[in-house]
Amino acid sequence: MKENKREIWVFGDYRNYFQNRVTLQLLARATDLASKTDAEVGAVVLGRDVDEYVNEYIAHGAHKVYVTDHPRLKDYNVETYVALTERLVREHQPETILIGATSFGREFAPRVAKRLGTGLSADCVGLDINEDGLLVQTAPSFGGNLLAKIVTPDRRPQMATVRPGMFQELPHDYERTGEIIQVPLPDDVPKARVRLIIAERQPQRDQRIEDARVVVCGGRGMGSKNKFKKLFELARLMNGELGATRPVVYSKWADHESLIGQAGRHISPQVLFSFGISGAIQHTAAINDADFIIAVNKNPNATMMKMADVAIVADANQLCIALMKELKKRIRN
Amino acid sequence: MLKLVVCIKQVPMVSELPWDSKTGTLRRELADGMMNPACRHALEAALQLKHEYGGHITAITMGPPMAEEVLREAVAAGADRGVLLTDRRMAGADTFVTSFILAHAIQKECPDFDLILCGCYTSDSETAQVGPQLAEELDIPGVAYVEHIELDKHTFRMRRVSDNFLETLEMDAPGLITVTTQQYAPRYVSFAGVQDAFFDKADILTIGSDDLGLDPEMTGIKASPTKILDVYSPTAEKENIVMKGAARKIVDQLFENFGDKISGAIGKDLKTHDHDEEEEE
Repeated sequence: MKENKREIWVFGDYRNYFQNRVTLQLLARATDLASKTDAEVGAVVLGRDVDEYVNEYIAHGAHKVYVTDHPRLKDYNVETYVALTERLVREHQPETILIGATSFGREFAPRVAKRLGTGLSADCVGLDINEDGLLVQTAPSFGGNLLAKIVTPDRRPQMATVRPGMFQELPHDYERTGEIIQVPLPDDVPKARVRLIIAERQPQRDQRIEDARVVVCGGRGMGSKNKFKKLFELARLMNGELGATRPVVYSKWADHESLIGQAGRHISPQVLFSFGISGAIQHTAAINDADFIIAVNKNPNATMMKMADVAIVADANQLCIALMKELKKRIRN
Repeated sequence: MLKLVVCIKQVPMVSELPWDSKTGTLRRELADGMMNPACRHALEAALQLKHEYGGHITAITMGPPMAEEVLREAVAAGADRGVLLTDRRMAGADTFVTSFILAHAIQKECPDFDLILCGCYTSDSETAQVGPQLAEELDIPGVAYVEHIELDKHTFRMRRVSDNFLETLEMDAPGLITVTTQQYAPRYVSFAGVQDAFFDKADILTIGSDDLGLDPEMTGIKASPTKILDVYSPTAEKENIVMKGAARKIVDQLFENFGDKISGAIGKDLKTHDHDEEEEE
């Protein structure tokens, strides 16, 4: 008889399917890791009428899908999902479980790990296998200013939640076949103690600063409220959005809505222009996902300047004026 | 009367972080501390519940002796008492072990709680795991990322945003919530309040593993399922090109070198070279 292969599992987080591709990204990464450790990739799908997702996950690389399809599972529920996942894990003993770091994943995974008595790393940005065959989980801390490589050497399964967008999903291949394991809903699943009263999809807002490709961010180094206002125009010239630091918001140069920081918004633009910002950690924590940072500050030693791709040593206000002038000249109509 | 427990954490304030590269843990004694931002919001939510329905607030923290500061801050803001869990043998605890210790401390010091409030994540380790794991350890219902909570008899009703859904949820006491930084903006504390809290008027209890009857083997870095292999700074990998001189010249240089990148991001066609027209001919 064929010996059972070890398994890397991916939790099928299918809510918001079209915006949230993290499950597919994890299937791709799991397929890579599985080939290094001679393991198989399993997906877990819990819900009602979920055939569509089962087929998608096979098309994206799952060798096996464990499915519990039942009307009682029509809504995501942390407690019920934890109870079902615990049973599946105890029965099939996967080596590793990967879970998308969605709001649900980050509420669900800690309880699963606790119940199974194993370790869990959070919001990972990298996953690898080391020479001992352990899953090396790269997790950010201090707003991404530090990365930690984490392993779970002795307990199983090894568990990680993984930030969306870290891995490339595989092209779907509907010719692929996989094993579908139907798991009936056990009779004795405990009643959920948290009751969902109502869930509405959030209305889409206008262009949100979180989604903007260009963000101009200003700090007290702009000098005054009137000078700060020029940044609005600069942002508009570049189809961008304007953000502000906490001191600027406190000084009422900008409203609270534009606060970029730990207590405000987190941004991930392709290009971030940072004007007159020294770079307190509450601010830098919220801009760490920016692809390319151009910082302007009189002080070349400011934290913001050290973390920039381009650090311009100049008066923020004067550089803003020069940049606007040049942009107006260069933008072709 | 509501019995409320608020879990708070002291986090380092600085951006230059004193890490012990050998053990991969933070040398907290070298950093100035502050109350973790999300914990402030959790405390505020507790204070508003107390104001609305009447109640008693126990603030609890685990950390080095200096973490007592955040308890005094909590008392200054209106918490009734503070519990400091401090023990060298708890050092390096991961979320699994931390939630285990917190659960034991809460069961000993405030066993008849109605609600535990935690910040939804901390600014240092950012796992967002201790809240949910504490609920699991205590075997109580929990709801993360709460933006509003109210009480109807013995039932808590909560609002939150989860993966683009605006949800209203209910649970019966006792339960646990983690609070986001979106609502419950922390209040300003009067100077007199701070003074009282820092001059021995605050009811602060300090306890360690032995007081909880916990085997020290189960409370620290050794008992933690996760191990940190390495900690490093990713920002060091950036090229960090420095430009200085006259503003006009810098702007030219910027477009010469990065015009394509800027043009791509703003979605407008830019003349990225001064002599563009000539080059095209």
